[in-house]
Amino acid sequence: MATAARELTPREASAHPVPESIVVRFAGDSGDGMQLTGGQFTLSTALAGNDLATFPDFPAEIRAPQGTLFGVSAFQINFGSTAIETAGDQPDVLIAMNPAGLKVNVEALKPGGLIIADEGEFNERNLAKAKYAANPLTDGSLARWQLMSFNISQLTMDAVKPFGLGNKEALRCKNMWTLGLALWMFDRSREPIVDWLKAKFAKSPLLVEANVAALNAGHAFGETAEIGSDVAGGLKQHALAPAPSEPGLYRTVTGAESISLGLVAGSKLAEVDMFFGGYPITPASAILHHLSRLKEYGVTTFQAEDEIAAVASAIGASYAGKLGVTSSSGPGIALKGEAIGLAIMTELPLVIVNSQRGGPSTGLPTKTEQSDLYQAVYGRNGDAPMPVIAARSPADAFDCAIEAVRIATQFMTPVMLLTDGYIANAAEPWKVPDMAGYAPFPVAFREDAPAEGEAFLPYGRDAKGARPWVKPGTPGLLHRIGGIEKQQGTGNIDYAPENHQAMTDARRDKVDGIAAHIPLQEVTLGEEGSKLVVVGWGSTFGPIHQAVRRLRARGRDVSHVHIRHIWPLPANLGDLLRSYGKILVPEMNTGQLKTVLRDQFLVDARPLNKVSGQPFRIAEIEAAIEQALGGGAVGGEVHADTTQLPGPVAGLDDGQNVTDGLALTPGPNDNQDFAA
Amino acid sequence: MNDMTAIVTKPKDWETDQEVRWCPGCGDYAVLKAVQRTMPELGVKPENTVFVSGIGCSSRFPYYMETYGFHTIHGRAPAVATGVKLANPELDVWIITGDGDALSIGGNHTMHLLRRNLDCQVLLFNNEIYGLTKGQYSPTSRVGTRSPSTPFGSVDRPANPCAFALGSGARFVARGIDVHKNLVSVLKAAHAHKGASFVEIYQNCIVYNDDVFAGFTDKKAAPAKQLWLENGKPMLFDGGAKGLALDTAALTLKVVDVEGGDWAGAGVIVHDETNRSVAHMLVEMPSDAFPVALGVLYRSPAPTFESAVVAQNAQAAKGKTADLQKLISAGQTWQVEKEPHTI
Ligand code: SF4
Repeated sequence: MATAARELTPREASAHPVPESIVVRFAGDSGDGMQLTGGQFTLSTALAGNDLATFPDFPAEIRAPQGTLFGVSAFQINFGSTAIETAGDQPDVLIAMNPAGLKVNVEALKPGGLIIADEGEFNERNLAKAKYAANPLTDGSLARWQLMSFNISQLTMDAVKPFGLGNKEALRCKNMWTLGLALWMFDRSREPIVDWLKAKFAKSPLLVEANVAALNAGHAFGETAEIGSDVAGGLKQHALAPAPSEPGLYRTVTGAESISLGLVAGSKLAEVDMFFGGYPITPASAILHHLSRLKEYGVTTFQAEDEIAAVASAIGASYAGKLGVTSSSGPGIALKGEAIGLAIMTELPLVIVNSQRGGPSTGLPTKTEQSDLYQAVYGRNGDAPMPVIAARSPADAFDCAIEAVRIATQFMTPVMLLTDGYIANAAEPWKVPDMAGYAPFPVAFREDAPAEGEAFLPYGRDAKGARPWVKPGTPGLLHRIGGIEKQQGTGNIDYAPENHQAMTDARRDKVDGIAAHIPLQEVTLGEEGSKLVVVGWGSTFGPIHQAVRRLRARGRDVSHVHIRHIWPLPANLGDLLRSYGKILVPEMNTGQLKTVLRDQFLVDARPLNKVSGQPFRIAEIEAAIEQALGGGAVGGEVHADTTQLPGPVAGLDDGQNVTDGLALTPGPNDNQDFAA
Repeated sequence: MNDMTAIVTKPKDWETDQEVRWCPGCGDYAVLKAVQRTMPELGVKPENTVFVSGIGCSSRFPYYMETYGFHTIHGRAPAVATGVKLANPELDVWIITGDGDALSIGGNHTMHLLRRNLDCQVLLFNNEIYGLTKGQYSPTSRVGTRSPSTPFGSVDRPANPCAFALGSGARFVARGIDVHKNLVSVLKAAHAHKGASFVEIYQNCIVYNDDVFAGFTDKKAAPAKQLWLENGKPMLFDGGAKGLALDTAALTLKVVDVEGGDWAGAGVIVHDETNRSVAHMLVEMPSDAFPVALGVLYRSPAPTFESAVVAQNAQAAKGKTADLQKLISAGQTWQVEKEPHTI
């Protein structure tokens, strides 16, 4: 099965043992092009029909000093012959392009896992930068793992020699050599990579040839070199059967891409053009980048002077009759708070995308967290209800974006769409939907002037509680709106006590009423009334789903419920939750959804929290479930795990342009990954 | 003009049924009247007009104009107006703001609106005080202003709105006085200018800062302290008895006496509203030794932001068709024919 947004088939859900999958991690200096290598490997893996999930992990610094520990860039991919929903717990293979890449990542490798290292980079200088006293390739310290080292740098230089590139340029082809080797190891076709290189360097055929030569040389090395003989298990070819997929057209997609596409699709279904006001911030900038290329879809993008202007301009555009959209990450959302309140007060449609990152304050710009749920649900002055939707995966973000546009335009309200750094940057296969399958929800602008003697009521409401949307320029419907409390109906300024009560109620009822227009909560895996339910939201979908699946395969009475509509919550959710014996809520925060569930339903929801900037491992959730089912404590804290992924690195600043993680649509920064 | 489609309105057509709620005697009333008198002369449609304001006494303005109106949040009117104008460049957008709104909390947005040159009119009501919050000193208050928050007098140097506007790259900078008859002609000039038109209006806050501008608005002081600029005309004031000349040694302006109408002989310079350097000197003249320069200080049209955005959007979209299905199917794709295998 191919998309993480999809739930497991019954056959997969009961499969035991869990079918084969492999986790590979590429690690090197940020100048080594690891994100590109990973991205292209992802593509070839997707083309081979394996399901997959990726985890790009890049430094917070834009150009960290070469060879240093904090300059390490890594890309992890988990792929296999069944549904893959996480980037994998522990890598089976680590490809280390330099000592720093090895140092930072090797502890994460499975015992007995394979290390492939470029010994050409293990010189004194680089060893010192990585704080190695002795060369780990030769001092026996890697004995727990299988080690294969060869001079990738030299092999690359040899391969590209005929093209007369400078030393530096030639060495930049190393990543293609490595990719070639990885493609051989997993029996992947080189063809799509060659096509991609041709397109990428259309203007300089020499670079195409050099990179292709490096790719071929890496591949040939795997095929012909007599390696593996001295290492048990050595370098060998693995062939994973394709994952069973529903027939159809597939592509890989990152969350930033699918949100952008979903917003465009939503604006088309609403039959209203989009205005996007944005300000650069990690990890949300990619959405601004994607949308700014889509002018022919009626998209206007505006890079504002700050976060406040970004949202304020979107509100102005909505007032003028376009679909206003803005996007940011936590710190930027905080700045937008007052303006979001204005959109709530003036009851204008607005979509706010929050690609969450570690907080508070500047926090961990390049690491993922789910700690803005309170901010989304409660984070404004006054009683300011606003619908909140959370995407569970890159592919799911497409539908979530459409849903956000639908609710915003149908109910005349701002809507917040939550994703996170992981979803924004990770890539997964996506079965391209047939747009004909989506019911349009065209906006009906009010255009008819009221009958003679009747007043136009800008705050009159329809059955859903929504007020009319009128474009300035329409004769006969002149009116004024603003942030001061409105009189019911007329919208004139009105401070009267009973009016404020009535308007506060009306705003609340309108948003609460949306619950009748969203799907009922389904059990994502399992059934009602199990001994234990694991309730999740957002990007914890993968590890929760896999953990529940593994335990169900072992006969445990556990189910998974994953919530998309955070506010208002689905109408049946309270009853559903009350059907379970115990409720476990894993979150990458200190228990925010848990609080909302307790508050809304008075249920005994217990938190399982992890706030290390690292996604949950399947095993961590599995252990927590076993503990709860075994009569132990329900929930608790999962501590930072140095063997999992590199520890979070402090960020320099916002506004940095991290690449989209995947090189399918190369951005300007991708060029540093190449001999260009 | 005998244009058959000319829009004919009367000042009354621009009034709403809302009770105006400024303090009696506030200068805002005079500005409202001037704007309502100006609109019919512009020949524009009320439904095509949008007034956007921030927060402050002056920002109540949209409620009193029978047009589309948006009373936004403190300091953000320029940003909201930018969204309005980009979404529909056909709309005639007016921004109503004050000294605190535009230069303190919203200074950033004012700067960027002006530098981008969004086609709109910015009317900055400068009363050198925070009125709505009951009288604190503002970013334009003079040093020593006593207020609830500065009982011993303010110590920080004030901002000069027109100097700020010029420094931000504004292509139209003008000044008017709330109760002065010339305000209508200043507003008309602002409207006629394509691009961001910045108008500072000296507005008397009768409650918290009464007569702060009396030094030049007072009937008796006016002739000697008001210099009304006209393009192509000599910079004369005090009934023609005085004028502004260039001190070529110091490269500053100086006041000269004009004998018998011979302004040329006295070296009085002719106002060239496209001269940015002179505009800088005019807005920076110290109030003790010089008159206050009023009217259109600087006007030099440049391409507007929204027209550039529209043009680029059209250029980028040229020859491309919007096929959503194609868009989402882009990139490198693969086809799965049937369920290939079982586990
Ligand atoms: S406080 Fe001052 S500026 Fe405000 S309405 Fe009263 S007089 Fe006018």
